[in-house]
Amino acid sequence: MANQSLDVVRQSAGMATPPSARKTMVVGKLIDVSRCIGCKACQAACMEWNDLRDQVGSNRGAYTNPPDLDDQSWCLMRFNEVEIGGRLQWLILKDGCLHCSNPGCLDACPAPGAIVQYSNGIVDFHEENCIGCGYCITGCPFNIPRLRRADSRVYKCTLCSDRVAVGLEPACIKTCPTQALCFGSKEDMLELAHHRLGDLRERGFAQAAIYDPPGVDGTHVFFVLPHGDRPEAYGLPKDPRVSPVVQVWRSPVARGFGVVTMFSVLVAGILHYMRHGPLEVPEDKKPEEKKEP
Amino acid sequence: MDVTRRSFVKFSAALGAGTLTGLGFSAKRALAEVRTFKLERTSETRNTCPYCSVGCGIIMYGMGDRAKNAHTQIIHIEGDPDHPVNRGTLCPKGASLVDFIHSPDRSIYPEWRKPGSDSFERVSWDFALDRIARLMKDDRDRNFIAKNGKGLTVNRWTTFGMLAASASSNETGYVTHKVFRALGGVCFDNQARV
Amino acid sequence: MTNNWVDIKNANLVMVMGGNPAEAHPCGFKWVIEAKVKNKAKLVVVDPRFTRTAAVADLYAPIRAGTDIAFLGGVINYLLQHDAIQREYVVAYTNAPFIVREDFAFAEGLFSGYKEQIHAYDKTRWAYELDTDGYAKIDVTLSHPRCVFQLMKKHYERYTPETVSDLTGTPRDLFLQICAAIASTAPAARTMTSLYALGWTQHSVGSQNIRAMAMIQLLLGNIGMPGGGVNALRGHSNIQGLTDLGLLSHQLPGYLTMPLEGDPDLASYLGTRTPKPLRPGQLNYWQNYPKFFVSLQKAWYGAAASKENDWAYDYLPKLDKVYDVLAVFELMSQGKLEGYICQGFNPLGSFPDKNKISKGLAKLKYLVSIDPLKTETSVFWQNHGEFNDVDSASIATEVFRLPSTCFAEEDGSLVNSGRWLQWHWKGAEPPGEAKGDAEIIGELFVRLRALYRKEGGAFPDPILNLAWPYRVARAPAPDELAKEYNGWALADVPDPKQPGAFLAREGEQLPGFAPLQADGSTACGCWIFAGSWTQAGNQMARRDPSDPSGLGATLNWAWSWPANRRILYNRASADPSGKPWDPDRRYLTWNGKKWVGSDIPDYKVDAAPDEGMSPFIMNAEGVARLWAPAMVDGPFPEHYEPFETPLDSNPLHPKVISNPAARVYPGDRERFGTAREFPYVATTYRLTEHFHFWTKHTRIGAVLQPEAFVEISESLAAKKGIRNGDKVVVSSKRGQIVVKAMVTKRIATLKVAGQEIETVGIPLHWGFVGVTKPSYLINTLTPFVGDANIQTPEFKAFLVNIVKA
Repeated sequence: MANQSLDVVRQSAGMATPPSARKTMVVGKLIDVSRCIGCKACQAACMEWNDLRDQVGSNRGAYTNPPDLDDQSWCLMRFNEVEIGGRLQWLILKDGCLHCSNPGCLDACPAPGAIVQYSNGIVDFHEENCIGCGYCITGCPFNIPRLRRADSRVYKCTLCSDRVAVGLEPACIKTCPTQALCFGSKEDMLELAHHRLGDLRERGFAQAAIYDPPGVDGTHVFFVLPHGDRPEAYGLPKDPRVSPVVQVWRSPVARGFGVVTMFSVLVAGILHYMRHGPLEVPEDKKPEEKKEP
Repeated sequence: MDVTRRSFVKFSAALGAGTLTGLGFSAKRALAEVRTFKLERTSETRNTCPYCSVGCGIIMYGMGDRAKNAHTQIIHIEGDPDHPVNRGTLCPKGASLVDFIHSPDRSIYPEWRKPGSDSFERVSWDFALDRIARLMKDDRDRNFIAKNGKGLTVNRWTTFGMLAASASSNETGYVTHKVFRALGGVCFDNQARV
Repeated sequence: MTNNWVDIKNANLVMVMGGNPAEAHPCGFKWVIEAKVKNKAKLVVVDPRFTRTAAVADLYAPIRAGTDIAFLGGVINYLLQHDAIQREYVVAYTNAPFIVREDFAFAEGLFSGYKEQIHAYDKTRWAYELDTDGYAKIDVTLSHPRCVFQLMKKHYERYTPETVSDLTGTPRDLFLQICAAIASTAPAARTMTSLYALGWTQHSVGSQNIRAMAMIQLLLGNIGMPGGGVNALRGHSNIQGLTDLGLLSHQLPGYLTMPLEGDPDLASYLGTRTPKPLRPGQLNYWQNYPKFFVSLQKAWYGAAASKENDWAYDYLPKLDKVYDVLAVFELMSQGKLEGYICQGFNPLGSFPDKNKISKGLAKLKYLVSIDPLKTETSVFWQNHGEFNDVDSASIATEVFRLPSTCFAEEDGSLVNSGRWLQWHWKGAEPPGEAKGDAEIIGELFVRLRALYRKEGGAFPDPILNLAWPYRVARAPAPDELAKEYNGWALADVPDPKQPGAFLAREGEQLPGFAPLQADGSTACGCWIFAGSWTQAGNQMARRDPSDPSGLGATLNWAWSWPANRRILYNRASADPSGKPWDPDRRYLTWNGKKWVGSDIPDYKVDAAPDEGMSPFIMNAEGVARLWAPAMVDGPFPEHYEPFETPLDSNPLHPKVISNPAARVYPGDRERFGTAREFPYVATTYRLTEHFHFWTKHTRIGAVLQPEAFVEISESLAAKKGIRNGDKVVVSSKRGQIVVKAMVTKRIATLKVAGQEIETVGIPLHWGFVGVTKPSYLINTLTPFVGDANIQTPEFKAFLVNIVKA
């Protein structure tokens, strides 16, 4: 057993659920948007803990910096100015992986063990197994994973699986100055979320709601939205689901396809050897470093 | 996406492996390693965030166990959970304090710019301090006002001034004030106004 | 802060005006959110911009920058008109009943006693009317026409909701909603906390902005209460400490003041600073001034300070005028300074009118920058293209850049905004050859002392006799310095109450400021810090976070000045009979023998309620001041326009537009712009992603906010043909900058005095040295004028123009 590990319940390109005698807590991260002041502490702490340093960009007339998630920014504060009921609302959303209970990325991934789901609910990418095909990106209903060109691997939030594995909360959770982020068992976090709805409704947010989308069987990172009827205003999809293509991939049909593929690969391999001899891997082109803009 | 021959082979292999597990030949890994927890053997030091006046408690994690030969480098900083005000939290500036410690713009040796020059040159501490002390003494001896026009003792030095740092410690502030007034200084301020 | 960070959670209403704590103090702001969530508190934000604090507010109102007194005066008027005050508190704990001299008047924007030629008031006409014993006369019915209460009512009746709305641009109904919310905290069991910062101080009427809120809080009975107070959210981590230690031209440690030329000897110096009580039976704590002062001189000059030489009084310089930073940079620009040291300070970025600052620095013979970072100031002489277009060859200043340590590389203490002295520990060695700041000062001092020993020179006595008892003379250690500002007994200090007992024995660290003596038997470098390092050790290093009352009084965490008190004026949390105003917030109670509760009483601990001692023990009145005759620009706050006003007038009194007691240098008056050339109101501020000019040197900070920008409304953008993200030229009479534009709904177009007023918001963090994109220093634009009382530059309201680049 590895020194620092978590129980796995699912992994990419592997249908079977590995057996485990252990019963672990299922975790939840609550993002209470009504308490969020958009300070970006979570974004900074994410970069700091995970040893990421994004490029220094430029101002494009927005508080959202850098402009999008990327391999060095797994957490990004997005700012939207919206008028709702004649009142200006500065809607600020912490964007990043939601750790779906039914993760589309994992379903779509063809590389064994590149994406795993631990028994605590975290969906983690293991870059050493990643083949850079980008299927996870297509499979994600929230547009989260990002391909790093330099090494052709895909990266995203790990929910600080290294911290959680030793009994600590994720870095973003710990740093959040206003308890907009909370971490615990998913059950407790849902309870807390329901409690917050009461307060928000008293303050006039009649449509306040919890965003824990059923289309992906719920998520382990979920939101309290003051304007719960308008998740799109925050930049969240209204009714996210795993793409039907991905679902087919994991279906019995795909198994049949898999048998055919396996033999095709075998046959192709033999034919290849017969025509070209032993495989010589050419030197890859040196991956281009992302230039400072 | 550029499909090179290598990536095609890699992809086919993965697809093959994938389908193998799909057929039930699962590796059945019940555990997966996560990234190694980077603070496991670091040394911890309590400190206070130097930015705003909330005065958040921080814990600095240093590489090495403080052995004689280990040159401690702060590799990570997070909030002190015991601190009554910040309770472990930090703002984006506090959460990235390591980048301040290791800023490429840290000044690391004394430098001297000669009149009219367009660049600094590196000098020794002794050179810099001796030269500054000499400049200050000559200035003070030349311009010190012992008595004003009415013959009243005023003992002040008005041609020299100092701005003191509001992020430096009380101890630094105290000794700075003590020395500055002993010199007869009056042009004295800190960041209280800005 | 009168209160402290955690105490904010006890508030029923959080009023944020003149500050933006969600951005500037996020970890302190958690207690605002806590108040909302746990205490059902409402958050009200009044700001020229819809900030990240406003984003979580229950009620937000825009306001024209520089009109806070108009707004707050309107609130005072509302409270008085609606009788929404805590009357018992006002009568017993404020100077509302005090009667003012007959020759006080206010007309056409001027208080009586104004001297036009010198732009200053003769303040004697604002004094109280005294009885034959020298005590102020009072009228507890508050009906005397010259009592403070009636004068206040009259002064503010001009500030009607309509006038307020017309001056501030705040819609009338929003203003009234906010007034109602504030008025809801008048009952004894409800409190409002006021959180402010540089949004109030950086105006030519800065001190009076804060006074206006203090008056409101006193009328509501919210001072001294948990969840109340007027809370200055200080900027830097130790700006409170450096202020406490008196590192300002006119101050000495512990709010003692520097001698003036008018104080020729010790007796006259102490005489003018040791007040007599203005009401019978008051503690009047400043009566102890001589003890604090003599103990300071003993700490500084040891045996050389003796009764015979007036405790070395002549060693201290005597001021002929004020030498605040604006005055000093004015002198520098006239070529009257030779040398300057910037210790962790970047004046080229921080002070107004960068071009004036730059020209001043170029006239110095020598400049020393002691800093962990490479600041713009240290390279003011270097050409950085359009951002710092100077001719190095023509600048004769000799410049030294000395590397100092940062927080991680030193031991020491900092004072946070809640007055907590917190000790921190060194965790790493400094990079390269960097040295600690105290060591650099020590090195310089011992070298200067050696030169004076060898060569003699101008008045060497204070240098040669400066007490320097440190283990390593060139490097005084933090523990030695901390013990010195706490103070020790130079001889046994007898306990006057118990013959044979002692408050401190010779050589012992003092337990607090109570044993301080004026006879040379105690030494204490900063009397308000006495108690921080006692015989029991370093109190600032204490780390027990327990909070038995649940009200945030963590008495065993670090150490809070004065005397480890967590809420100032806390005696006022109980009614005159000694019962807490709010039974749910029992902070202090009289138990029949002494004052007990959650905090250290800010009061004489055994003074019974019927002795008639009032709770504001530092004031000669014994009560708090609604009327403040010591202010240089008037006993009541009055609305004056910023020196650069978009109105070119003051609708309240057109003859007196701006603060008549503010100091403006002739050269700077010519550098003020008018609304015709520069039609838009500008205001400068911080953002949450950056700390001043420091974090632009950090990679993560640079990623989060990479480049300089200004914020403008959609209507101004449309008028000027500016699109979001365009480059724009922002100019004032003093210079121009080129930055990106952010077009936002968060900046409102306001209707003021029949005009449409546009605001240009200017965040301040970038410069031409750093990891962020190189940029202009935005203080190129700001005016060189300060607050009349304390000379804080008017960064928050001035005029600019903006065009597409």
